[in-house]
Amino acid sequence: MDSTLATPHPHETVLHAEHEHVVLPQHRHHFETEEQQREAGSFGMWLFLLTEIMFFGGMFFAYLLYRNWYYPAFAVASNQLSVPLGAVNTAVLISSGFCMAIGVWAAEVRKRGVLVVMLILTTFFGLIFLGVKADEYHEKYELHHIPGSSFSTSMFVNPAAYGIKEEPLSPDMAQKTQIFFFLYFAMTGMHALHMIIGIVLLFWLTWRAHRGDFSAGYVAPIENFGLYWHFVDIVWLFLFPLLYLINRHPLH
Amino acid sequence: MGLSPVLWQFMVKWLHASALFPAEASGISPYVDALYFFLLLMTVVGTALVAVLLLVFSIRYRREKNPVATQVEGSTLLEATWTIIPLAIFLVTFVWGALLYFRIYNPPANAMNIYVVGKQWMWKAEHPGGQHEINALHVPMGQPVQLTMISQDVFHSFSIPDFRIKREVIPGRYSTVWFEATQAGTYHLFCTQYCGTQHSGMVGTITVLTPDDYKKWLQQSTSGMSLAQNGERLFASMGCNSCHSGNAAARGPNLAGVYGAKLTLTDGSQMLVNDAYLRDAILNPSQHVTAGFAPIMPTYQGQISEDGLIDLVEYIKNMQSNYRVQQTQVTAESDLAAPTTPPQGTNETVKP
Amino acid sequence: MSAAIGNTILSLPDQATAQIPKRNYINNEHGLLSWLLTGDHKRIAILYLISITFFFFIGGAFAGLIRLELLTPQPDLVAADTYNKFFTMHGIIMIFLFLVPSVPATLGNFLIPIMLGAKDLAFPKINLLSWYLYMIGGTLTLAALVLGGVDTGWTFTTPLSTHYLNTHVITAATAIFIAGFSSIFTGLNFIVTIHRMRCPGMTWFRMPLFVWAHYAASLLMVLGTPVLAIALVLVALERLFGIGVFDPTKGGDPLLFQHLFWFYSHPAVYIMILPGMGVISEVISTFSRKRVFGYTAVAFSSVAIALFGFFVWEHHMFIMGVSNYSALVFSLLTMLVAVPSAIKIFNWAFTLQKGSITFETPMLYAFGFMGLFTIGGLTGVFLGSLGMDIHLTETYFIVAHFHFVMVGGMLMAFLAGVHFWWPKMTGRMYPESLSKLAAVTTFIGFNLTFLPQFILGYLGMPRRYHAYPPEFQVLNVLSTAGATVLGIGYMLPMLYLAWSLKYGAIAGDNPWQATGLEWQIQSPPLTENFLETPIMDHEAYDYEWLTNKTKKEVTTVG
Repeated sequence: MDSTLATPHPHETVLHAEHEHVVLPQHRHHFETEEQQREAGSFGMWLFLLTEIMFFGGMFFAYLLYRNWYYPAFAVASNQLSVPLGAVNTAVLISSGFCMAIGVWAAEVRKRGVLVVMLILTTFFGLIFLGVKADEYHEKYELHHIPGSSFSTSMFVNPAAYGIKEEPLSPDMAQKTQIFFFLYFAMTGMHALHMIIGIVLLFWLTWRAHRGDFSAGYVAPIENFGLYWHFVDIVWLFLFPLLYLINRHPLH
Repeated sequence: MGLSPVLWQFMVKWLHASALFPAEASGISPYVDALYFFLLLMTVVGTALVAVLLLVFSIRYRREKNPVATQVEGSTLLEATWTIIPLAIFLVTFVWGALLYFRIYNPPANAMNIYVVGKQWMWKAEHPGGQHEINALHVPMGQPVQLTMISQDVFHSFSIPDFRIKREVIPGRYSTVWFEATQAGTYHLFCTQYCGTQHSGMVGTITVLTPDDYKKWLQQSTSGMSLAQNGERLFASMGCNSCHSGNAAARGPNLAGVYGAKLTLTDGSQMLVNDAYLRDAILNPSQHVTAGFAPIMPTYQGQISEDGLIDLVEYIKNMQSNYRVQQTQVTAESDLAAPTTPPQGTNETVKP
Repeated sequence: MSAAIGNTILSLPDQATAQIPKRNYINNEHGLLSWLLTGDHKRIAILYLISITFFFFIGGAFAGLIRLELLTPQPDLVAADTYNKFFTMHGIIMIFLFLVPSVPATLGNFLIPIMLGAKDLAFPKINLLSWYLYMIGGTLTLAALVLGGVDTGWTFTTPLSTHYLNTHVITAATAIFIAGFSSIFTGLNFIVTIHRMRCPGMTWFRMPLFVWAHYAASLLMVLGTPVLAIALVLVALERLFGIGVFDPTKGGDPLLFQHLFWFYSHPAVYIMILPGMGVISEVISTFSRKRVFGYTAVAFSSVAIALFGFFVWEHHMFIMGVSNYSALVFSLLTMLVAVPSAIKIFNWAFTLQKGSITFETPMLYAFGFMGLFTIGGLTGVFLGSLGMDIHLTETYFIVAHFHFVMVGGMLMAFLAGVHFWWPKMTGRMYPESLSKLAAVTTFIGFNLTFLPQFILGYLGMPRRYHAYPPEFQVLNVLSTAGATVLGIGYMLPMLYLAWSLKYGAIAGDNPWQATGLEWQIQSPPLTENFLETPIMDHEAYDYEWLTNKTKKEVTTVG
């Protein structure tokens, strides 16, 4: 075989040495070796994440363009998002990612109990994130900040009436806040959709982990899901500053 | 062009007579055709070269004649040849094409302006003197004509094949194209961007008239009101003149002579005032606030049609003094119609 | 093996005694479910081949109807909106359901694992999933058609598609979105397989050029398709909620959609053509018994096309008021992307030099490809040249240009590949003389259809016109006549290939005496492809290795 298989990680070598003659039931017939299967799996996952980057990239590009065009609207609209909620969500998501990372480690060292607990915690934090997000969406709904026919710009035209310390926008610029909110919903919505898919997968993985599927050295699904989950975290780590923080001036 | 003009004329006329080639009816056509013939030559030579290679090798090295193949790894020299030569030819076409592009899209300073509005599924042309046409456009021969175009709904594309010009007509944004017709006659006007059900019905006729005939046509088909006069009415009826009165204490900037000037905006950027700027400033005023003024102008998005905007733009373009603005203000206040004497400079488009 | 020097390299086993191998991937399992739930890349390839052919003929029927309407200048066959639905369905079906998956999903799926010496693609289940996604996409497209059609054109230009049409835009967009994921998964599977599943000795530069071409195309699929997906999601959202992201009256930029759309859809033409180029490399080499001239240059030119292909999308928008300087840059890059294609053409031509050439059907199609692709490519230079583009864009010149590349190039390559690997896929030969007739018919019909359209384009006839000025009629009649011939040219293979499934001569392992790993195993192959993992101990296209191997076999048997 070629050189790509020449340098496995130390612990993999150990695992491999211990179980050299045990063929895992999950080993697919068309792979020569388990390492090949494992590497193919994670390589495929990385490629998939690359397509995800391109997918979100289209929206980031639109965000960049319109932010440039309608800077005042974007600044004011961005300031309407709740930084505390966003910060809480960031912390929640990082905790979730941390649990996932421990879960991957637990799977690799075959600690079934730890793995199951960590997957449950990951799911739990994920659900909290979605709950907070839903609350934020609900607030936007009440303020008529959901783009579409019920969208209202009055808060931006006349901020004083709403007790907001912002320069009023002229009506034509205030209309452009709708584009900000559209991009906000599209980007965080796509992110939330990825979270929901991830949580569904987490239920399934938790069930399998509980059954003991990942306690015999076969950890590829956990590892690859871990990659996916971290990717979803990272997308949020871009969204949070770009949507929430970018126009805050803490010194004012 | 390298080719003698007589020979060129002969070739093009002959080709046109065979109905396989469009007429050369604008100043730019020969330039476009020259590049076309060059590219055609490149294609024919390139294809012939490949065909000859295939044919010769097929005959010389067919199995009956050459039962055993000689293995050849490749040849850096040969490969460099067929990398560099096509590259060189392509770069020539790039430079040539780019020069032509600028020639086609950069209007000369003395071009007369006609407005075109595209909508599903018709072309509306508006001459400065107030002549309106639908799916037709009359232009004088030997005079550069610039079209300032905008779409009311979806993308359209304004194409006159015999003039070799085409430009996308975009919703919400002026685009321009210019030409100088060289032959009297009638020519096709097509919408070439797919724009919905009756896309193929969005066609019209371009009529090129001699300057004398054109003058006659202008007189016959005038509606009595020039675009600027319509604009003046609109200016008064929408209350623009209450702020843009030209008075020293006015809340809006003085618009007299503003067209073609460089304005400094509140954010410090410098903007050239052209048709597109004026239109944008009416629809999205907060992004076009002149330095020293408050952003108090409301948006007129959705309140003026594209035709109305053209009238206003044409009016502001030709506004040399504020005398009539102030007069109109008085008359508007006393609920009278705007005076009908044409403001100065409507017949000759003034371009600073 | 026949030693006499004839005008063919075809060497079939003795038909009296020859048999299709008892155990092969086709009869390994029985029943419809064994096909619908298979993980075998070869069976999935066959599933794709059947479904793609189905959609090709639907798309072709629309092409026929379009040409029939254009027979006369008057709008007399169908109403304008029906005509618009015709060309929209023709475009959507042919591009997303035929051209994009054509070679990769059928031939690529079938051959890439075998060419690399692997037992299957890296992710067989994802491979099957991508077929199902394709079928869902196809079904939704048909649903949009049956429910009343869609008339946006395949380009979905905003704001026309978002605010001005009341046809089934969202259904069609969903169809393309889903079919797009099928394409992403295929590309992903190929890349992982090529990186991770090569057999011992199969270094990157021993891979067949077919694999290189697919590698480049897969990169484009994986990186480009998601951008199309997001563009279509935005169109659907804009249509549903009217939020204005592409609507100029609400501050949106209608050109943004076109940037996003062409960011995928220009690379998409390379997704379509690159695999075809891979086929041509294999065919030309085999029928001239020679290693492809400048293997490395051909391999790298595929990758170069893929890379440059991402940076030329704006040449679809030169007349749309983009900034002059960006137009300059994109025009220059467009010129650069033409060069690797030129390199390929000349490398193929010089592969013939000093070869020992025979003219079986795949080779005829390959010759057709080279001629027509040269014309298609060079007329592309017209359109990349800024000043020329103004007059030619949005006319029949464009239509002729991309049909030369897509139909004259890609479809010819697809047919070359199908004929070339037909014996491998089915174990039986197609009828040679009939197929030659079909190849020639296709070539003639094609030229008759599309050459007049170049002239029409320069005369200024706009594309997507339902009715046209009467002076264009003669050329349109020629074009329609050509389309009829072309239609016959495409029906023929359909019929005789079906016939050959039962009555074709038994092909044996290696009827073409080709060098690829796929030819060293039985036809049709075993489900697991190889009994033992092969070891690649020679370069690609090493005909001397093949001769020695054959000699050895003969001596051991004798």
